[in-house]
Amino acid sequence: MKGGLDLPVLRVALYEGRGAVPLEAGERFELVRALLDKGYRVTRISSGGATTGCDGNTLAVLGRFEDEQPERARDGDTEVYFRNIKGLSTDEVTELVGAIRREGDLHEPGSWKPWFPVIDFDRCTNCMQCLSFCLFDVYGVSKDGKIQVQYEDNCKTDCPACSRVCPDVAILFPKYRHGPIHGGEVNNEDLRREAMKVDISALLGGDIYQALRDRSAKAKSRFSKERDEERALKERKKCLSKLQKDLDIPAEVFASLPTLVEIQEKARTAQERALAAMQPGGDS
Amino acid sequence: MIGTVKGTEVAPRIVYCRCAYARVVPADVKDAVLESLSESGVDFDAVPDLCEMSARKDARLKRIAEESSVTILACYPRAVRWLFSAAGAKLDSNRARILNMREEPADTIVREILPASEDGP
Repeated sequence: MKGGLDLPVLRVALYEGRGAVPLEAGERFELVRALLDKGYRVTRISSGGATTGCDGNTLAVLGRFEDEQPERARDGDTEVYFRNIKGLSTDEVTELVGAIRREGDLHEPGSWKPWFPVIDFDRCTNCMQCLSFCLFDVYGVSKDGKIQVQYEDNCKTDCPACSRVCPDVAILFPKYRHGPIHGGEVNNEDLRREAMKVDISALLGGDIYQALRDRSAKAKSRFSKERDEERALKERKKCLSKLQKDLDIPAEVFASLPTLVEIQEKARTAQERALAAMQPGGDS
Repeated sequence: MIGTVKGTEVAPRIVYCRCAYARVVPADVKDAVLESLSESGVDFDAVPDLCEMSARKDARLKRIAEESSVTILACYPRAVRWLFSAAGAKLDSNRARILNMREEPADTIVREILPASEDGP
């Protein structure tokens, strides 16, 4: 997987319970913040506090231990590293944690910006428009015929286009700038505005890809007739920039679009899958 | 004693999301909330990014959802709810409370999670 999502992660437990000297509040804040910003999960544990399991991942237990701890131990299927952080600065502690991650060949935090669609099934009507629209195979169909996000890390960072074509405002991008796509509650004004955006596809003839193909064909025709490469290119750019603006698609996404033949093939396959899923008793 | 969820008497587990890979949650709010948590002495779980955990279908989301009482400090409740759901972890609104650091000021959130601090000396 591109985001290293299949690799085990390193969790950090900041132990301040019995047998360890607690950190000062300011030091605790600085350390937890630094570890989080490096992409590590941190559980703060004090005496009597709830400890959490590690689910088979690797755990680094940091503390100002009064007694010597083993460097490494095993708890069920969890590898546990102990490190005494007495006298270490925040930078030194984060470096220590980084060394454990590298030693265990664990997931490198921050290698992927988690940007992908999330479906609000209270709103989704399983119309499969997102499946038909997405060119990057993010969506799929579950065994029981429901739309689902299957390949999150295929999604193009900062591209919210599928949420703009969803007629039910059912697709969220939690890191998007504006509501309701960022997950804010949906109101009537949002529905009206989104409906207008959905109409973009109608304006372009009901099918955005078909419109793109038509425009491309017209441009080609014009080019062949008039030998006016510049004009054809201008026309194509105009069409793309309208789509880019209306759907808020980053320019990088357009730069990485598949070829026209691939787009046609993907659209055909997606439509077949969507239709199959929408048949009674149909699945992927 | 920290805050409770809908009348339960169990101190809720606190899960703080740093949203470390985007700039959509105001940095001053994220910092002020984390600083208050750190000063309070309560135990808490801090994660760099709930979205990333959802994408990897992290089993810990299920464990969080199964807590008898949990307060999640993150972003819009609708987004958080469906992020958990996408990872096969259904949040029960009677047991889970979601506070939105994108919209709420830090002091409001801190008052919600650490009501004892209102009592003063």
